Amino acid sequence: MSALSGVTVLLFGPAREAVGCSRTVMELSTPVTAAQVVDALSAAYPNLAPLLGRSRLVVNQRYVDSDASIGPEDEVAIIPPVSGG
Amino acid sequence: MRTEFEITDGPLDVAGVVGRVADTAAGAIAVFAGTTRKSFEGKAVRHLEYEAYAVLAERTLEEIGTEIALKWPQTIGLAIAHRLGTVDVGEVSVLVAVSAPHRREAFAACEYGIDRLKAVLPVWKKEVFVDGGVWKENPEWERERGGEPP
Repeated sequence: MSALSGVTVLLFGPAREAVGCSRTVMELSTPVTAAQVVDALSAAYPNLAPLLGRSRLVVNQRYVDSDASIGPEDEVAIIPPVSGG
Repeated sequence: MRTEFEITDGPLDVAGVVGRVADTAAGAIAVFAGTTRKSFEGKAVRHLEYEAYAVLAERTLEEIGTEIALKWPQTIGLAIAHRLGTVDVGEVSVLVAVSAPHRREAFAACEYGIDRLKAVLPVWKKEVFVDGGVWKENPEWERERGGEPP
């Protein structure tokens, strides 16, 4: 059974700036795949869309592939190209 | 191998990281200090702003430490410090210090440490000009591998 739930997405650097906040909660029918979360973010935040294609996804502090399953308790983070150092 | 990692809003101290890796068994301490440049493509940089995914950044530094311990088992001490927030031109934004019995492994491990950091550490830097700013992207960034070692 799927249910509508809030999936928290953390945003950093250029992603944070594109959206205008450091976290957003997406109402999604869980479980969803990482790719579906990215699609929902793209639709909700057109400013973010170009950057999403060049970003990686982290779930619970682990890098995941686009087919990873995400549930309501999971913490998702968008990782744009890094620039530490 | 002893490791010390720090992600901080405060200024970084070169002597501090040297002290953290100093050891009487070491014949060499190699230190890399990354400092902020005053211009980018002819435009005057006012300052830089850094932010991090702190929890993942700390885990990533631990992973870099594990990689260094495997590649250079003689390494005695590793200290990495990264500054966040506003960093003025000319100031230190990152420090990597390695102590080892001999200089070659100290240099090699230190270079590996800064190279890996630039490729995988979830930290973002914005160069702020008088008329706006731009988010930087490290050419080393490993989009496909993320936090995985090569």
